Amino acid sequence: MIDKRPFLTTTDLSFVFAEQLHVLDGISLHIQEGAFVALVGPSGVGKSTLLRLFGGLLPPTSGQVLLQGQPPLAHRSPIGIVFQRDGLMPWRTVWDNVALPLELQGVQKGEMRNGRIQAMLDLVGLNGFEHSYPAQLSGGMAQRVSIARALVHEPALLLLDEPFGALDALTRERMGQELLHIWQAMPVTVFMVTHSIMEAVLLADEVLVMNGQPATGNPAKITARIPINLPRPRHLEMQATADFQQDVATIRQAIAGFP
Amino acid sequence: MVSISFLALLLGWELLVVWGEYDRFILPGPSDVWQQLQIVVGDGRLQQHSLITLSEVIPGLLIGCVIALPLGYLLAKSPLAARLISPYLIASQAIPVIAIAPLLTIWVRSTYWARVLVAVLVVFFPILINIIAGLRSVPIELYDLMASLHATRWQTFRKLEFPAALPVILAGLKVGATLSVIGALVGEFVQPKSEGLGFLLVTARYQFKTDLVFVVLLTLALIALSLYGLVALLEKRLLRWQQAGSHQKM
Ligand SMILES: Nc1ncnc2c1ncn2[C@@H]1O[C@H](COP(=O)(O)OP(=O)(O)OP(=O)(O)O)[C@@H](O)[C@H]1O
Ligand SMILES: [Mg+2]
Repeated sequence: MIDKRPFLTTTDLSFVFAEQLHVLDGISLHIQEGAFVALVGPSGVGKSTLLRLFGGLLPPTSGQVLLQGQPPLAHRSPIGIVFQRDGLMPWRTVWDNVALPLELQGVQKGEMRNGRIQAMLDLVGLNGFEHSYPAQLSGGMAQRVSIARALVHEPALLLLDEPFGALDALTRERMGQELLHIWQAMPVTVFMVTHSIMEAVLLADEVLVMNGQPATGNPAKITARIPINLPRPRHLEMQATADFQQDVATIRQAIAGFP
Repeated sequence: MVSISFLALLLGWELLVVWGEYDRFILPGPSDVWQQLQIVVGDGRLQQHSLITLSEVIPGLLIGCVIALPLGYLLAKSPLAARLISPYLIASQAIPVIAIAPLLTIWVRSTYWARVLVAVLVVFFPILINIIAGLRSVPIELYDLMASLHATRWQTFRKLEFPAALPVILAGLKVGATLSVIGALVGEFVQPKSEGLGFLLVTARYQFKTDLVFVVLLTLALIALSLYGLVALLEKRLLRWQQAGSHQKM
């Protein structure tokens, strides 16, 4: 699954908000194609900012982000994004929310478009909810719609910003497993921001740790990159293994032990 | 419910007139007003003047919207434009329309358009404010989503900003619909031309035909109520998704 071609690279990336808040400093990374990478770090450190830079939604103050050699927004296949909340359009039905990326790409209404939307709804288990509005859905179902919408146009890169942060613990575990399934079924590279170290270890190939305190003049850096060597497919029971707990402890230390 | 409260109101009014022994030109009773209504409807005067007023109210409302929409978009999107233009807009609202209206009738040659313009002035501001509030309420996540999907500016407006702001815009339109009647009336007050409900109202007052004043007031209320109802109906059609949200979760 993992190919060694450079997929997403950042070189010496820095970001300053409104010419005064220095959020990120000197971030050089590369993410391999098909990988599942998680990012953890304290609140307010700049995780969402890095994710938005990856998507080309913010211009870097210095340095650059390249997605297969191009600026992210110039890439021919638009990225997919899932937010923690407020991600769906409340005036559109589930079906129409998922159709949005295809609509914007100018894919004409018809069998092909309907087929893709239906396939995505099947994949996330939302059959029968096509005509519901977001306000009629539970939090978990709404996030499934977001995931379906993020993948319907077959993006090369999927960005998730605390996608399960607003869900209860049980739903959250289940959604994590479903996300793994989807990732294995599709040729997509995943970058996920999460607050849960356990979730990061259980899902990812590699966990990035970000530290710093931009608010007090300490711009954030990536301070550790921890490969997770648990075998795949991953399942919830692995949380009891010594390897799993070792990785969790390493990451916890990497966050707490800074500077 | 509404009809019961209305009947009670009429009854109370009639009793007040009978017990208080008011003169008809000070406070006419419902029965006097009813008789007067039959006279002015019978000779067609009420319909004629109402149509004139409506022909000022509706263009006033529409033109107000057509100006407010792009201007609201500009003010919400461009901090520079907001800084340059808002002081004038706010100052213009500090001056009562009734004070500007005579000026307008001097500047605008056509009596008709002068009246429409007064209606536009009154309607425009509440609609503008709501458009700005509506556009500012769009969540940043959805802007990020549209950008990530390479949406053009026009697509972002049509598929995100407009539908997202629509509930607030329609709320502004409801206020505007009722204000547009006031605007047209002010235009008619200051504009010496012998037509429109405003003219009918002024002449009725001069002639101490207080029952006719009541007929005109009730007609104005009815027009405002109908316009409001029309916007409410539009709202119900366009915002069906809001009703879906009030059902129980599935
Ligand atoms: N639009 C903005 N304007 C100015 N400062 C901002 C803006 N958005 C974020 N910041 C600041 O940038 C820093 C990083 O914010 P960011 O949202 O990236 O943090 P985060 O790690 O995602 O936090 P959380 O875990 O709470 O989501 C914070 O200090 C925040 O206050
Ligand atoms: Mg964040």
